[in-house]
Amino acid sequence: MRKELEKYFRTEKLPHIWCPGCSHGILTGAVVRAIDNLKLDQKKICIVSGIGCSSRAPGYLNFYTLHTTHGRALAFATGIKLANPDLKVIVLTGDGDCAAIGGNHFIHAARRNIDITTIVFNNSIYGMTSGQYSPMTPKGSYATTAPYGNIDRNFDLCKLAQSAGATYVARGTVYHIPQLIKIIEKALQHKGFSLVDAVSICPTYFGRKNKMGSPVKMMEFIRDVSIPIKSAEKLSKEELAGKILIGEFYEEQAPEYTEEYAKVIEKSQEGD
Amino acid sequence: MSSKARLMQGNEACVEGAIAAGMRFYAGYPITPSTEIAELSAEMLPKVGGKFIQMEDEIASMGAVIGASLTGLKAMTATSGPGFSLKQENIGFASLTEVPCVIVNVQRGGPSTGLPTLPAQGDVMQARWGTHGDHPIIVLSPSYVKEVYELTIRAFNLSEKYRVPCILLMDEVVAHMREKVELPDPSTIKIINRKKPDPSIVNYEPYRDYDGDGIPPMASFGEGIPFHVTGLIHDVTGFPSTNAKVTEALITRLMKKIYDNLDDIVDYECISVEDAETVIISFGSTARSVLRAVHLMRQEGHKIGMIRLKTIWPFAYKAIQNLSSAVKNLIVAEMNFGQLVETVRASAGGRFEVSGLNKFNGELITPDEVIAKVKEVMGRA
Repeated sequence: MRKELEKYFRTEKLPHIWCPGCSHGILTGAVVRAIDNLKLDQKKICIVSGIGCSSRAPGYLNFYTLHTTHGRALAFATGIKLANPDLKVIVLTGDGDCAAIGGNHFIHAARRNIDITTIVFNNSIYGMTSGQYSPMTPKGSYATTAPYGNIDRNFDLCKLAQSAGATYVARGTVYHIPQLIKIIEKALQHKGFSLVDAVSICPTYFGRKNKMGSPVKMMEFIRDVSIPIKSAEKLSKEELAGKILIGEFYEEQAPEYTEEYAKVIEKSQEGD
Repeated sequence: MSSKARLMQGNEACVEGAIAAGMRFYAGYPITPSTEIAELSAEMLPKVGGKFIQMEDEIASMGAVIGASLTGLKAMTATSGPGFSLKQENIGFASLTEVPCVIVNVQRGGPSTGLPTLPAQGDVMQARWGTHGDHPIIVLSPSYVKEVYELTIRAFNLSEKYRVPCILLMDEVVAHMREKVELPDPSTIKIINRKKPDPSIVNYEPYRDYDGDGIPPMASFGEGIPFHVTGLIHDVTGFPSTNAKVTEALITRLMKKIYDNLDDIVDYECISVEDAETVIISFGSTARSVLRAVHLMRQEGHKIGMIRLKTIWPFAYKAIQNLSSAVKNLIVAEMNFGQLVETVRASAGGRFEVSGLNKFNGELITPDEVIAKVKEVMGRA
């Protein structure tokens, strides 16, 4: 680890609990590098998570950190942000945590456009409970609860976030780290609800169940199926099948929730 | 009449009390018969610089309340039975992580959607054991509108003092009735705020019992000391542990900080119990009918008294144990199929005959029904 990054970690808590080959550590590193690049005030950052492999990340990070209940990170984070808008609030969540049990909180946090950056460690599987399919598991993939192949259709989290009202939406992967760090920086600087769908790998469960080979092979797979969103515009539906579109999907400036609430306070006190 | 006397609804008294106690954050979800608490909070909180948010569901409201409390604000939510069930997951989180918060449950008929507009006291056991695992909880229950005001303040005070979720267990009648209430001068109200870490502490550990009273001082997110909070079993540093000794020490401390302070927490009113042969135990709006029955029967010369519980959990074991041997019968009057009666029976330890007066059809227990029950029990003796 680079010396200047050590202050962001609770180094005494390392090594982490993630499996060999898991890429959640790479994602955690990307988050920290983005924070460092922006020179954000460490004492003004609160990191909130739910339950699952991804959600153990805040425990290793030296900020105000809150490891909540399954799916509820955004609900807790909303309370924190509204109660203390001076805090930069970051939610680290997984695909099951965010898109299944936390789906309702996700769309409503996006709808409010509250200034929270949500980074989804998206490895297409429930890892902590050992390999069940999630709403992000591609159709046809195998999981311990999909022994004959998954018949569920998966979400496109970016489209979901955008249509729910998120004002910064982007996707990166663990293979394209410099780009991912830039995306996280943009998300952190954005005023309003920002979503980063960070495609991760789970060699232990998703990889093994789907015979994808070593972690290196899974990384190469991500490299091979990822295409920049710009180049995707020219491709047909058939050509896009199975591809991961990466880059910035959407950005707009819109009224932010806690700023709007500050106006409510002003209005309620008029004439007092 | 003082200029401060007002005709006030129970739910309104709850919000007035909450703001007087220092509530500066409310997150909720609409549900009958508690909705006025959300509506009034939405109106009143911004006027005092506080925050209100209507969340997407009951679970989220409870989460937001805990998040806000972690930043140092006093926070509350209100609901009714179905919503109370949904909040249980995060009430357990607040118990384990020792985050002060107040949860109002205006009880209505259940189970399920049940009788949304009619009163009940069917959540007595849910209030105690609704969330999973061994956990501490404090539950208060008011009988009068003025008492709603007082007990809401007390709920905040106890929650802050002991770092425990505190439940104000109302019923639809107390919540919706209107009575004359004279609000006290705010300067006369006793307010308790959570204990903060001593600035001299180096390397603050959020769950260390620095003072030996079982209650760790609580820093807030944003104050400058980074710390970790998790719903996993944790050691004094706040980080997860599966160590048996750590687990046992944590759960023991959580329970002891409540059970070592029963005299401070448990509150009840004894009326005419000194020479009573029959004592009726009740709470909430039911206690009002019981009080009327006690007055009427005393006029007829019957030796009858009552214990009106203001704290339901932890249970007022002492109140039962202290009863004289002149008492022959205990009756527990509650608008449910019989919940608190089992705890009273256990506390009585065979010293008294214990029976229940129960109604669970959406109607109040009337004074006449109380009198009939007392006469039935006395006839049996």
